[in-house]
Amino acid sequence: MILIPCPHCGDRNSSEFTYAGEVHSRPSPGDARQGPWRDYLYGKDNPAGWTEERWFHGSGCGKYLRAERHTVTNEIRATRPEVGAGASSRTRP
Amino acid sequence: MSTAKRLLSGRPTKMRITSRPGEVIDRSKPVRFTWNGREKSAFEGDTIISALAASGERVFSRSFKYHRPRGILTATFHDPGCSVQVGDEPNVRGSHRLVTAGMKVTAQNVWPSLKLDVASANRAAGRFIGAGFYYKTFIKPERLWPTYEKVLQRFAPGGRVSADSPHGSYDKRYAHPDVVVAGGGPAGMAAALGAAEAGARVMLVEEEHSLGGHLRYGSETELAALAELRREVEASGAIEVLVNSAVTGRYDGNWIAILQRNLPHVTERLVKARAKVVVAAPGLIERPYVFEGNDLPGVMLSTAARRLLNLWAVAPGTRAVVLSANEEGDATAADLSDAGVHVAQVVDARRGEQVVRARGAGSLSEVELGDGSKVSCDLLVTAVGWTAPTLLLNVAGDRPVYDERAARFVPGDGLPANVLATGGIVGDGPTAALVEHGRATGRAAAERALARDGTSVTIPSLSPAPHPALYRSRTHGIVDFSEDISSKDLVSAAREGYDSVELLKRYTTATMGPAQGKLETINTVAVLAEATGRSIAETGTTVWRPPHVPVSLGALAGRVLEPVRYSPMQPWHEAHRATPIVAGQWIRPEHYGDPAREVRTVREHVGLIDVTPLGKLDLRGPDVPKLLNFLYVNKWLKLDIGSVRYGLMCGEDGVVLDDGVTGHLGEDHYLMSTTSSGADAVAHWIENWLQTTFPDWQVYMTPMTTAYASINVAGPKSRELMSRVVSDVDLSPEAFAYMQVRRGTICSVPGCVMWRIGFTGELSYELHVPAGYGLYVWESLLAAGEDLSAGVFGLEAQRIMRLEKGHLIVSQDTDGLTQGYGVGLDGLIKLDKEDFAGKQELEWQLERQGYNHLVALLPDDASVVPPEASQIVTGDRSIVGRVTSSRLSPSLGRSICLALVAPQLAETGKSVTVHLPDGTDVRAKVSEELAQFDPGGERLRA
Ligand SMILES: [Zn+2]
Repeated sequence: MILIPCPHCGDRNSSEFTYAGEVHSRPSPGDARQGPWRDYLYGKDNPAGWTEERWFHGSGCGKYLRAERHTVTNEIRATRPEVGAGASSRTRP
Repeated sequence: MSTAKRLLSGRPTKMRITSRPGEVIDRSKPVRFTWNGREKSAFEGDTIISALAASGERVFSRSFKYHRPRGILTATFHDPGCSVQVGDEPNVRGSHRLVTAGMKVTAQNVWPSLKLDVASANRAAGRFIGAGFYYKTFIKPERLWPTYEKVLQRFAPGGRVSADSPHGSYDKRYAHPDVVVAGGGPAGMAAALGAAEAGARVMLVEEEHSLGGHLRYGSETELAALAELRREVEASGAIEVLVNSAVTGRYDGNWIAILQRNLPHVTERLVKARAKVVVAAPGLIERPYVFEGNDLPGVMLSTAARRLLNLWAVAPGTRAVVLSANEEGDATAADLSDAGVHVAQVVDARRGEQVVRARGAGSLSEVELGDGSKVSCDLLVTAVGWTAPTLLLNVAGDRPVYDERAARFVPGDGLPANVLATGGIVGDGPTAALVEHGRATGRAAAERALARDGTSVTIPSLSPAPHPALYRSRTHGIVDFSEDISSKDLVSAAREGYDSVELLKRYTTATMGPAQGKLETINTVAVLAEATGRSIAETGTTVWRPPHVPVSLGALAGRVLEPVRYSPMQPWHEAHRATPIVAGQWIRPEHYGDPAREVRTVREHVGLIDVTPLGKLDLRGPDVPKLLNFLYVNKWLKLDIGSVRYGLMCGEDGVVLDDGVTGHLGEDHYLMSTTSSGADAVAHWIENWLQTTFPDWQVYMTPMTTAYASINVAGPKSRELMSRVVSDVDLSPEAFAYMQVRRGTICSVPGCVMWRIGFTGELSYELHVPAGYGLYVWESLLAAGEDLSAGVFGLEAQRIMRLEKGHLIVSQDTDGLTQGYGVGLDGLIKLDKEDFAGKQELEWQLERQGYNHLVALLPDDASVVPPEASQIVTGDRSIVGRVTSSRLSPSLGRSICLALVAPQLAETGKSVTVHLPDGTDVRAKVSEELAQFDPGGERLRA
């Protein structure tokens, strides 16, 4: 089982996480054409090599994080908190 | 002397010999068990097979295809002919499982019978069981498949599984040792010691019932060395020893799976060890020799003979021939003589001497040698070489290479830094050399595990000893004892073109039986190499795959840790004999005896339903309206405090995701309800948007599903009932109207949320009370409503009533392809909003048209309830829809349905054909409204 170094919780079994897919940004709603939109929904690069993906630590801190994983060796060389996420949206008003 | 008398006196049985220095049996503790119903005696420490062998039994099963009698080959866990049934447990490895008092052991796979001379059956079978037998024989014609199945079942090995077996106890454990040592022979024990001495916490795993490996059945010098190693391991505080346990595989991140079988009251436990470093020390497995008659009972490996002699003090025969190509063979001949077994001849393979065939009716009686001479005997011991079980190295990425000089495959050089190997798998040597190599390897493992420099550790070299290459004599014999595959089968498969080892394996099923290649892989490769005129190195070997030993499904499942959820009102439901229904993680009341009566209670008086599983999410912050406006297809920017609104959620693909109401409780404070099954998914969905796309939105979301107990109070008398228990909220229709929310005190419990909505179509209040007061409020409401004929209703009555009202249930009336338009809520979708989840796809759906519509169907015969998922078909039998919900409506006295149908059928009054699962067709008409009961909603708004 892959060990994922959560930036908030440390090394945890991948069974604590939900895979949230390759990082693809959402086309802006104003100019969404079918091609880019369907790519956003279904298109996966799925490289045999390094890829940047999202994982959701649902059984841990409840945070989304980004991981750079090698799809052949399953090595994870870096993880970081999801860009800009967390602090502002999770601070109790 | 009778068996009983002999047992009472504890005297040795037929083949039991006098005490051996390393024996593992306790002669002071006799044990009785039965074999095929006959009483047998044993000593504590005996395996099933050692005890049976001591009593003179030689045949334990029939072979898989040819049904030849099979005896002891290896006397280890992997002995292919020694699987037996113990009580209701099939496929017990009889050469490993220890005898216990009263054990009922029976032979399995004994068609036609264990004792019958099967020469005739054998000949009959042998005619048609060649290589690729399954592929060629049981394919056509298809109408005979049921017959084939019966024939194949008879051929299938294995015992009987009883449906009445009690559940065993299975367990799991997570462990985080620095170093796992897989294999507790001399090198493995030394590695554990070396690692522990260097400061590591070690887990030492041994497949057999005690540590020691081959030293256990070795010479007195080896026994002394073992005693010393054991003493050291015991004295070390840092080594956890797991015996009768096996490392079954290695997975990502040095995640080592260990099957532990030595715990009291636990059948099997799966230990998930996240090891920093693993040391593979599995030792060597002795290889059988291929020649005619090599599977006769009485033909066995040298290690099997020594184990029987020295561990269990059982004479493996009375008159022996020993084929020896190495020191192990020589030691076996010496041990046999020492134990009083007559060694008729030692055939020295190193001098070119050969065994050509073995003969015997039912078991061995004569061996023919290379020079044509014949020796009568009942035991033939072969010592022709070794196989390195490199599974752990293979799964770490290493590929074994063939060492021609040693005539075996050895590890390659492809190991990652967190996997090391020691012992026989690496090379040969006297005990001291193995221990020295093990200790250094253990130290190196600790250095790596503890992230120290480690350069000070020098691992001495240990190389495989030269060994003659002996695989097959000049006759043909069995290669795969589990699958009953002979060298002749392999040669003919190679001639048919299956000349790569991976193809050959799949075509013949060689190496694919219970032994999983441990005994037969190298012989398979060698026979193929010979048949194709290539070298063994050129032919290559198959890759070992986990699990190393069979793992029961129970061990994989472990204890059931999936939570089961009950509402706080569960004690009341149980006391009132609710019929439970499983709904996701929840157990809910389906009904309390009569759903139709429960419906009448609600329609005429007032009823309570426990809706605690309803998802509830507390949302706070100034940007909640923006979030709601994005999540739902309808508009949410203007919702007054005190109001609730129904909303539909779609995914980014436009597919219906969930629905529910959300109420505006106070300044920057909302409560969202979701479907019961969608609670977790919606919470994740919200987190996803907030964290990945809208990080600057000020929203705080808290799942509250289990913090509130939820009760729906429904029926014309619900306001009257509520007025008796609520003191601080004006319940008049003007002050608390339909689709409004209030916070207040119910039955003196403050902090409750109540909103006026209703799935049932009646005047109703949905109450969310702090969970700890759920049961109290439930009981108080019933007491307060006694004179109003207040009752309770379950999920089934609610489903009937919502169907009468035509309310859809997401994932019941929609599926994974149902997009937002067409489910009867088209008016809700506001494409003029700037953005919301799924907007693009919904726009395109509307442009595209052609989607299915949710309609209400009324069967022409009002007494017919088409089962859910019945298809709607055209005259030419193409499928144009399906019934998604159906019930007999007690309020209307007729059957009603919801159905998803093709657009051309979605017209009021359209007559459609519903194809029932029993093959008949019924006609039904599309109704004008989804709601059949009170379509105007007057009762709801009362
Ligand atoms: Zn975390």
